[in-house]
This record gives sequence, C-alpha cells and structure tokens, in this order.
Amino acid sequence: MSALLSSLRSLLLLELVRGMGLTLWSMFTGRRVTVNYPYEKGVLSPRFRGEHALRRYPTGEERCIACKLCEAICPAQAITIEAEPREDGSRRTTRYDIDMTKCIYCGYCQEACPVDAVVQGPNYEFSTETRAELYYDKDKLLDNGDRWEHLIAANIAQDAAYR
Amino acid sequence: MPKAIVDGVEVEFEHGMSVLQVAELAGAEIPRFCYHDRLSVAGNCRMCLVEVEDQRGRAPKPAASCALPCSDGLMVHTRTDKVKKAREGVMEFLLLNHPLDCPICDQGGECDLQDQAQAFGRDGSRFAENKRAVEEKYMGPLIKTIMTRCIQCTRCVRFATEVAGTEDIGLLNRGEHAEISTIEQAVQSEMSGNLVDICPVGALTSKPYAFTARPWELRKTSSVDAMDAVGANIRIDARGRSVLRVLPRLHEDVNEEWLADKSRHAIDGLSRQRLDRPYVRENGKLRPASWDEAFKAVVDRFNATAADKIAAIAGDQCDAESMFALKTLMDAKGVKSMDCRQDGAALGEGGNRSGWLFNTTIAGLEEADVVVLVGSNPRWEAPLINARIRKRFLTGELQVFGVGAPHDLSYETTWVGAGPQTLHDILDGRTPAADALRTAKKPVIIVGQGAVAREDGAAVLNIAGQIAEKYNAIQDGFNGFNVLHTAAARVAGLDMGFLPGEGGKGMGEIIAGAQSGDIEMVYLLGADEFDTETLRNAFVVYQGHHGDAGASVADVILPGSAYTEKNGLFVNTEGRVQASRLATFAPGDAREDWTILRALSGALGKPLPFDDLGALRQAMVAAVPHMGGVDQIEAAEWALPGVAGDMQDAAFEPIINNYYMTCPISRTSKTMAECTEVYMAGSLDQAREAAE
Repeated sequence: MSALLSSLRSLLLLELVRGMGLTLWSMFTGRRVTVNYPYEKGVLSPRFRGEHALRRYPTGEERCIACKLCEAICPAQAITIEAEPREDGSRRTTRYDIDMTKCIYCGYCQEACPVDAVVQGPNYEFSTETRAELYYDKDKLLDNGDRWEHLIAANIAQDAAYR
Repeated sequence: MPKAIVDGVEVEFEHGMSVLQVAELAGAEIPRFCYHDRLSVAGNCRMCLVEVEDQRGRAPKPAASCALPCSDGLMVHTRTDKVKKAREGVMEFLLLNHPLDCPICDQGGECDLQDQAQAFGRDGSRFAENKRAVEEKYMGPLIKTIMTRCIQCTRCVRFATEVAGTEDIGLLNRGEHAEISTIEQAVQSEMSGNLVDICPVGALTSKPYAFTARPWELRKTSSVDAMDAVGANIRIDARGRSVLRVLPRLHEDVNEEWLADKSRHAIDGLSRQRLDRPYVRENGKLRPASWDEAFKAVVDRFNATAADKIAAIAGDQCDAESMFALKTLMDAKGVKSMDCRQDGAALGEGGNRSGWLFNTTIAGLEEADVVVLVGSNPRWEAPLINARIRKRFLTGELQVFGVGAPHDLSYETTWVGAGPQTLHDILDGRTPAADALRTAKKPVIIVGQGAVAREDGAAVLNIAGQIAEKYNAIQDGFNGFNVLHTAAARVAGLDMGFLPGEGGKGMGEIIAGAQSGDIEMVYLLGADEFDTETLRNAFVVYQGHHGDAGASVADVILPGSAYTEKNGLFVNTEGRVQASRLATFAPGDAREDWTILRALSGALGKPLPFDDLGALRQAMVAAVPHMGGVDQIEAAEWALPGVAGDMQDAAFEPIINNYYMTCPISRTSKTMAECTEVYMAGSLDQAREAAE
C-alpha cells in the first residue's frame, strides 16, 4: 500500500509542488539573504585572506626587510625574492614577486612575516583578463599596500587580541 | 689508557684531552661558542658547563668542560637538571645584549647562537632593560661587522693571532663594556675570510655576500678549488645559475678547515666578462659566430698547416681531462710543440715526478724542523701551506730560512740570500741555513716557481735537489724536497706529459717561433698568463671561459667552462688527485672543455676515442695510472731533478706580484679589485715607482 502511495506522489510531482510552494511563500514572507553584488557586498572577517599587499611604516619606509621567511614557508613556492644592501646599508629586496596563479591563499606568508610586511588584505576582486597580470611584482604589491592600508591596519588591530 | 664515564658510558681517552673532547668521544653533545678544535682554549662563554664527579664525590659547581683536563676515572654528567639549568642561565645571559634581529642577519639559518638557543635555552628573557649597542669596526673589504651581535667569544682574536699570524684584532675593556676591536685597518691576512666562518654569531659576516641569499636557498656542491695549486676542498653554494659563495670543506691533509681569500671571494668574477658564444675574427674584428662556423675556421687552418708549425699551450686552471683530450688530439696530428708551463718553469726536464711534486705533503710539514724556501713566497703562492708552516713554527720546533726577496710570511724567517749564489753557499756548508740543515732531522726544501721560472731554472732545481740529498732530506718514508706550484693544472699537465715532444718547442720557443713565423697556429687552452701579444703573427685559437689576454689576440674563440662548471680532475702540488664537480652550467653556448675538443676532433675527421667523461677518464687512467686514485697521492721515487749547469747571478724574482689577481676569474672580480686597492696599495705604488 505504502509503495503505491509513494509511486503516486512521484507521478503527480507532489514533492516538487510542495517545494515550489515554500519558495513562493518565502518570496513574500521570508528574510532577504542575497545581496545585490557588486553594488552590495557581504561582510568579511578581519582574518579574510584575499589579495596580497606589502605594507609601509607610517613614515613611508617599506616594512619588508628581505628575511625571505615568506619565500621559505610558501607551500606553493609562489614567492621569489632577491635582496642586496640598499645605499644606506639596510637590507632590502630588489625583487619581490608573487605568482598569484600559484598562490593557494593559505596565509602562511603573513604568519611568517616578522614585521607584518606581507599581508593578505580584504580585496578579492582582482580577476584579470590575462595570466601575465597575475604575476605581481614589488611595485604592484606596495601599491596594493598603499591602497588598502586603512582596512588592513584596522583588520590587524581587530585581530591582535587573539594572537 | 685512562678511562672516563660520560653519562654512564665508559670511554678510553688519550692523556691530555679535555672533558669536552672526552664527552664528544662518548657521543654526548656539548654546546659551545668559544671552544674551537683548532684554536687555543679560552673558556669564556661558559656554555659547555657539565657536572663532574670523582672518588671524592660530585663537584659542588658545574665545570667548564672545554678548559678542564679529563682525569682517569672521572664521571661526567651532561644531562642532569643542574646542567640543564646552568645552560639555560648562560644562554639567557648571552642573549641579554644580543639583538633579536635574526630576520636581517646573514647568519640566520646557520647560526650557532640561534640553534643552541633553540636547543638549550629558555623560552624567554627576564631582561627588560635597554640592550647595549656597540660601534661597527672596519675589518677590510671582505668582512662586514655588526658588533652589537658579538658575544665576546674571542674566536676571531685567537684565529687572527694564532692561525693568520696578525695581531689586528683584540678585546678591549671589561664586563658590560667589553668589545672586539681592530686598529681600524683591514685585517692583514690572506686568510681573513675564515673569520666569518669561525664567528658563531652574525657579528662578522661576509661583505661581498651581504644580504644575497639564505642558506636554505642554496644548492651545495662539493668540489675543489682551482685558484692555487693547493687544491683546497670547497663547497660551492649556488642559486639558479650563479655561484654565490664558496666555503671550505674539511680535509685534514690539505686545507684543514680553512680557505684562502682568493679562493673564497674571487667567484664574482665568474659572472663577468664571460665568453658565452663562439667568435671568429673577420677583418681584424671578432664577430659572434655559430659553433659550426668557428669549427670550420679552426679545421681549415689546422688542415692547411704543417704539424711542426702548430703549437698548443695549456693554461693554469684546466682540468686534467681537457688537457688530456687536447694532447691526444695534437698527438694524432703529430704536433710536438706542447707546453703547460706558461711561466716557463724548468720542471719536467730531467729527473722524474719527484722533481715537480711537493713530496713532503702538506700534512708532512708538521714533522719538519728546518724549512728552506727557495724563490718562494708561500704566503701569496699558497696561503694554506703557509698556514701549515706557521702552525709548525708555533710549536717552537721549526726554523725557517729564505732565499729570495724578503717578505713578511707571518712567522720568523731568516733571509740568507737573494739568488742562486746563496744555494751554492748552502751546498758548500756556509750560511746559517747550512748550519741548521746539518743538525736537522727532517729538513724541508721548498722550491718556488720564482726560482725555476727562469732561464737557469733547471740548474737551480738541480742544485736544490743536491742540497736535499746532501743534508739528508731524502729519507725512508720522508722526502724533504718540494716544488711549490702556483697553478692548479700544472701537476696534472706535467704528469701526463703535456710537454714538448722530441723536436718540439717549449714555451719560450713557441713565442719566439710565433714571432719569427716558425709557428703559424697556436691553440690556447685557457692560457692567459703570459704576454699573448707576442702571438699576434700566428693564427690563435683560444678555448677558455673569460675574455682575457688570450681571447684578445684570438682569431677563433671557443667558449669553455670555468672550474665550477665542469666535472674534472685536478692534481694539486702534492700530487693528490681530486675531483671537481659541476655546480652551475656555463653561460650561453659555452660547453665543458673536453666536449669542445671531442666535437672539434670530429670536425677534423680524427674523432677522439671517447664519447663520454667515463671513457675519457678510462683512457687517461690507462695512460697515466695514478690519475685513477681520487684523493690519493702516488709517491714518487727520488731522482735528482733538473739539469746541472751554470747559473746567473740575478736574484730570484717573486712569481706573484698581486695575490688578489692571478687568473682571469680573479682579474674580473670586483671584490678582488677592492682587495687589491686596500691590500696592495703599498706594493703597487712601489711597482709604479720602479716602472718610472
């Protein structure tokens, strides 16, 4: 008997009708959860790991000291660094490349950095039309840092209590 | 033998060993900073504390194991709570003033302090006050100082004083204010690079290598050095296609654990002025060419020239394989004019192999009681051999005499004369050197290239051999007659007979022949160390790695590889066969040298009978059997070397006038240029004045 009933439900698409009915009901009564992207955006955690950036100190001096710990820890080997003494004798990179097509966004580089120089900022909208645009060099990364500094600094401050 | 018990393990040890050495025998690991096997004991870092116990019970305080002689029946405890606590305390004190700047420190990743703080230290410091800072000191173009990082272990002071023989470095003040200081001049030593190696922290780091790479990025290749004829064992650290640094490798019988500055720092020359494609001269100008074009130019000329009008010269840094390949090729054509002695040294004429080897061996110098240097300045010709002589000298059982131009050798040397006449005096029993030789048990004669690279060289060599015979330097199991070479390739060349054949021309005659037209074609295998302008009239083929003297007169250039870019055998001045290994590939179209000769032989229609390195080595070993024994010395039977003859009165001239620039690689090196400016300023001024 039950087998007959279930066959009948399937045949008359009763489950489908009930589902569509719920949808129709929610359309008029339910809470809206979708956002009107890109005009509206979802909320991000301060720990969100998006596009990389190289930060500067408030004086304008770049933070990165070419210790190469991010390069060493990167599991995808996406980071390439070359360094030499700058004119004033300090240790600086002459090349800091991140291959964003290799990166797996694990955040280890940020964890390894002793001076909070390389960070994964809140930006996730950096798709490009060519691969070449995803090979980031030092200028691009520093520019990202300048562009997003206020948000990055706020995120780090917010997360500091848990570190 | 006395016995001790270390952590319950019983070990036998030799009388006089320290507790630290005995503990190492037993396999216990003892942390240390100031203690170094080859330096005197200072006992000032206190990191090696252990507990000791004898019949009277356990000592109340932990003891510094490096400075405590081990006694029979001593019980040593290295793992007790007390030892652990003592080490943590010492480590905390050492880190009080040490900056936490590991991320910008070049020692990071290979730092004793970093490693031992991890293994034996506490997790944090209780020191909240300000750390002290120390001013940087100037130690020359090779050593960068960050003195705030110094932990006052005084290893550098002891190395400079004991091994290098210069008292430029010292410790000033006491306690909190103690600091290593110099007299604000470059460290006056050809071994100063070793200061960087022995510094356990990042206070002394390599200046040319500053901030270039991290130890974990580097590809490490064990090889041998070709900057001098010592054949120091090295480790080549490379990243990508560039050699970034060279470090010494332990070999007790050759370089111990030291390395000379040129071997260590000339490597930046490997990336400058390289020949990376073949060239052919057209209308007086060199133009880039393909291998085929270059080979065709050589083949045309080679086939059109009679064998007695062709000559081949092998350079100072060639591997044995390429010299053997060139010799085989020349033999096939019937060419007799071959030479590997660019400086014209009269070696290989008369006598046998003992006449061109450093027969005593480098380690054997530690038995010598009298050394007579003939026309040699070992400090520049072979700094590591000079360090051995100094090591022996410091025991107080060695007297050193010199014949030739006086030079500060870092130990007391009595200069008894300047030229060949003094050798006669010594042979006839005059001069203080003869007195010392008469009573010596193990006398050693060291003949430098300055004595034999002259017209009467064979006679000088002969009389030096006579001195060795007369003063009993030739004994059973000990041969006190030595030739000190300056070229890494020389002994291999002499061993395989890369010398004029019957009726062939030697170095001087080749040059004269090239000028008079008797020699129409010269094949230079990395040969740059003579006045190549003299070859202008001949057709010159240059196979080598740098655009130096040889390439400037060449009509065809075949790009080869430097010693870091090929697998090859080198025979050092002792006759020790050692293998160098490929660390990076040669730039551009350049190839390993023996492969170029193999390809050229094919183009000539006389293919060499080997297709790979293994077959080449087999052929070479068949011709020269001792080449097969890597890291072995085939001792040579004694025979009086050279040819007796008249000698001129002229004094022995030094063969090296600038230690820092002796080969194409070091001449193109920026670091070596800086060293020349700093260290050679005085002698260069003198040379300039002499020229005017």
